[in-house]
Amino acid sequence: MPFQSTVGDYQTVATLETFGFLPPMTQDEIYDQIAYIIAQGWSPVIEHVHPSGSMQTYWSYWKLPFFGEKDLNVVVNELEACHRAYPDHHVRIVGYDAYTQSQGTCFVVFEGR
Amino acid sequence: MSKKYDAGVKEYRDTYWTPDYVPLDTDLLACFKCTGQEGVPREEVAAAVAAESSTGTWSTVWSELLTDLEFYKGRCYRIEDVPGDKESFYAFIAYPLDLFEEGSITNVLTSLVGNVFGFKALRHLRLEDIRFPMAFIKTCGGPPNGIQVERDRLNKYGRPLLGCTIKPKLGLSGKNYGRVVYECLRGGLDLTKDDENINSQPFQRWRERFEFVAEAVKLAQQETGEVKGHYLNCTATTPEEMYERAEFAKELDMPIIMHDYITGGFTANTGLANWCRKNGMLLHIHRAMHAVIDRHPKHGIHFRVLAKCLRLSGGDQLHTGTVVGKLEGDRQTTLGYIDNLRESFVPEDRSRGNFFDQDWGSMPGVFAVASGGIHVWHMPALLAIFGDDSCLQFGGGTHGHPWGSAAGAAANRVALEACVKARNAGREIEKESRDILMEAAKHSPELAIALETWKEIKFEFDTVDKLDVQQ
Repeated sequence: MPFQSTVGDYQTVATLETFGFLPPMTQDEIYDQIAYIIAQGWSPVIEHVHPSGSMQTYWSYWKLPFFGEKDLNVVVNELEACHRAYPDHHVRIVGYDAYTQSQGTCFVVFEGR
Repeated sequence: MSKKYDAGVKEYRDTYWTPDYVPLDTDLLACFKCTGQEGVPREEVAAAVAAESSTGTWSTVWSELLTDLEFYKGRCYRIEDVPGDKESFYAFIAYPLDLFEEGSITNVLTSLVGNVFGFKALRHLRLEDIRFPMAFIKTCGGPPNGIQVERDRLNKYGRPLLGCTIKPKLGLSGKNYGRVVYECLRGGLDLTKDDENINSQPFQRWRERFEFVAEAVKLAQQETGEVKGHYLNCTATTPEEMYERAEFAKELDMPIIMHDYITGGFTANTGLANWCRKNGMLLHIHRAMHAVIDRHPKHGIHFRVLAKCLRLSGGDQLHTGTVVGKLEGDRQTTLGYIDNLRESFVPEDRSRGNFFDQDWGSMPGVFAVASGGIHVWHMPALLAIFGDDSCLQFGGGTHGHPWGSAAGAAANRVALEACVKARNAGREIEKESRDILMEAAKHSPELAIALETWKEIKFEFDTVDKLDVQQ
């Protein structure tokens, strides 16, 4: 077979860090990830930013970090409320770990355009 | 009470074997595996090790009486059988804190693994573990940044970092080398690495490499919207040249540099770590030459000691082997020393090869780097073994992709994220590894091809250096 037909062209993609290389998650898959954040004892934090600012360290908080929140539904409702309020913004969820003062995880749930 | 001078040769055990001694919190404790010459009693061998690695010499000398040797001497306080080995035994030795210069790993090793290793009464000697007292740890700089700061700088959360070493390891011009860096980073890797052999050779002088790599890193960052980096190897002929390279990396606004801490030496490493702390630079540490020192089960220094020494001397990432790839290292032992790189307290656990409780206090943690003969099929096991605070590096497993390095990088990134997602969702990633990877490949032709390319490659050799447990 000629070389050209076996080699694909890899096109660079702009991504938003963790889970940026996976297809968009279904609602259930997102719930699983939020349940994981809660099960680790991390606090859910919702942040949003206009796509032009996605590389900034600080995105805007949605309200305040939901310290100690254990209810999956509360977190899901807040994520959706944030998305409704800022439909053109990226919205990400952080699992904040106060012990390490770091983010246990962080991924974008809604991509703005 | 003053003593009289009594010239001649005394048995070591009269002075240095003290089974009633209770170690102090401030003592530095060491565990040696000793194999004596035939006919020499264990207590005498162990006491000789304590003496020769601290205050003693083969003959009594008058000048000993000018000081209080009872205060300064090392003491063997315990002897234990090595499970399943009749000819060797463990000697536990306590050293008073004042035997060592503050913050100097060089000084600790010069004492503990100095002349004593050539001692004729011993056939073999291996330093298995050191318990560093908090009083000593507090005098060491440690990692210039640590895991938490590194994550914040690189903006990577909730997963291991993904990297690769640029190949071929030698022979590329600066411009060609920068191209390979660019391909890997645009394909989805977070970090790329200079091979340890790359310093500043005739085919590619360091300044040439640094400039082209900086351009590649910045371009990839711009195009992907993610933070990228490349470990610029600053290991050099002299400390002055090492600092010159580090300064230039900083001038180019690069986030991370690299050093080879065993061939470069602990003094150079501690100096460079201090420079990094002062200049806000991350520090990746390679470990060339370690296997010369740590692979023989009866002689040398176990890697867990070298790993502890690096955490104290300073580094933000350290190579630890892969367990599953082409290089030596069993799972339990590896878990034992990666705990000592990352945790703030590690309890004694012989099943992981840790001989002492080790309290690290507030010392930052070091990322464990898994690199060497790993590919996408290993991803679930690597994530299960190393967890999130690690850096997984695929060299051949990136560049060997039939479509090239960018596609290879993307395949690894997809595989990694699929495994993390599955783990978080509660799946058993090692058991279900095949399903997880095959599902992910449905959305990624790059991964599908990678899985096909490396499906038969395994490195199933027994480890040479096993934990000492009854089989």
